[in-house]
Amino acid sequence: MGYGFREAVRRKVFAVVVLLTAAFLVLFWLATHYVFTRLSTITPPTDVHVDTRTFAGAFLLGLAMFATLFLGVVLAVFLTLGVVSGDAERGLLQPLIVRPVGRSTLLLSRFLGAAVVCIVYVLAVYGIALTIIDVAGNWTPPSPLAPGLELAGGVVIVIALSILGSVVLSSTANGIAVFMLFGAGLTAGLLGTIGHALSSPTIEHASRDAAWALPFEALYQDGLRLISSDASGLTGFLLQLGPFGGAYVHGWEIRVWSAAYLCVALALAVLLFRRRDL
Amino acid sequence: MPPALAVHALEKRYGSVRALQGVDLSVEEGELVGLLGPNGAGKSTLVKIAVGLVRATRGRAEIAGARAGSRAALLELGYLAELFRFPGWYTADEVLALHQRLARSDGGAAERGRLLELVALDDARSRRVDGMSKGMQQRLGIAQALVGSPGVLVLDEPTSALDPAGRRIVRVLLEQMRDRGVSVLLNSHLLSEIELVCDRVAILRAGEVVAAGSPAELSRPRGVELETDEGPRTVEGATREDAPRLVAEAVAAGRRVYGVRVLTSTLEDTYLEAVGDEVS
Repeated sequence: MGYGFREAVRRKVFAVVVLLTAAFLVLFWLATHYVFTRLSTITPPTDVHVDTRTFAGAFLLGLAMFATLFLGVVLAVFLTLGVVSGDAERGLLQPLIVRPVGRSTLLLSRFLGAAVVCIVYVLAVYGIALTIIDVAGNWTPPSPLAPGLELAGGVVIVIALSILGSVVLSSTANGIAVFMLFGAGLTAGLLGTIGHALSSPTIEHASRDAAWALPFEALYQDGLRLISSDASGLTGFLLQLGPFGGAYVHGWEIRVWSAAYLCVALALAVLLFRRRDL
Repeated sequence: MPPALAVHALEKRYGSVRALQGVDLSVEEGELVGLLGPNGAGKSTLVKIAVGLVRATRGRAEIAGARAGSRAALLELGYLAELFRFPGWYTADEVLALHQRLARSDGGAAERGRLLELVALDDARSRRVDGMSKGMQQRLGIAQALVGSPGVLVLDEPTSALDPAGRRIVRVLLEQMRDRGVSVLLNSHLLSEIELVCDRVAILRAGEVVAAGSPAELSRPRGVELETDEGPRTVEGATREDAPRLVAEAVAAGRRVYGVRVLTSTLEDTYLEAVGDEVS
């Protein structure tokens, strides 16, 4: 795993993502500061019962979670898109494969290396965003840790898919395929929100199926649900309208399914890698 | 005792292309066998099957009696790929340390120092791979293949990026390996190199072994050349055994003989004869 971890942090993409993240966090801090500064000046009509602080806090954290997931996925994909095909084409893999460590160990070490880097990254960015909102707006979600863990879980699933793709696809094709899957998942989530607003069972059903097929999206949705789980009434309804709220697939079922999905994706990657000519 | 490396009735298909068509080859303990053939003859495929990078369609490949690619086989093996690269941020010492861990070698810093010295990289111990010339990286690759003192060494074009001095280092190294009882399968385009160091040679063409034997066995008599007062004269088809008779006949005929040379074909002649008009 040491090789996999070191390989992950030494790539230039890691430095690029760290720089982009720093820029995002500075902008996010500015936005959060201004939102909560102006919040005290907003007075909703007396017959509209909206908890503006909860709405603003949950909305901003939802936004931060989306950005964190996006940056985490960028990091995950660029760290792993060429783990097999790309490294084999460049000749990096062959000297390692002929050592008596086994292909499975090698592939899993690369997975673990990327997973550790991405989990630390996602939790750090999520934690900083949470702290910014708490400091600027004195608001924290009811269960602050679980959404971060679910975000990290979503990124780990993307890593597994990217590694699986790298066994059968070239680096470029794999990168495109994984980003398209990610985009499909996010679009399905937004469609679900639209379906909910329009009360369209067909759209909601399609969104739910997509979330089960791409559980990183379901975990993200569940994380969004958790940050606004104590919002009720009109505040809860507005948050459900999205785009950073609402979950149509959630709870322990999707977490267990995600763990199983991860194991199957990794097992399939190992199986295919063991049979692959290099 | 099983051969150090053996392939039996080895076949490999890539779709409709038959890269290997029933190849049999063995490398005995302490033997240095060269693999020759034009591009696309199946040499690299054979080598990759032997080291477990590619799966055979039919037949079997073994290292010291263990199935190629198995843990037991890989423990015996040192391999230099034709196209390889090490992570650019590693130093030469770190590359070897990584491979020591992977090869379960307990040689430590002493082994790394010895190997770097062997390939004339002892001054570049702390230099990053990124800052090395191609030739230095090739020599580091050879040092990497020797980590853990493998009993079988498979080298795929080990001198392709080396200058004449680097090639000489490798040639001396190969001879040292043979003296230590290490078995070597050497895949190279350089006939002169193969001829100089190999005990046996196998020539592949279109996935089949078309000629095999020691360089001496593969060379054929081409005649005897007499240098007389009338100038040089070649008696084609004559062998070494015919030389005294030819000299006696020339002297009897009143000629003065200044020199006699037995002519044999070179490995290059044999190679070109074996591969026909295929361009390497």
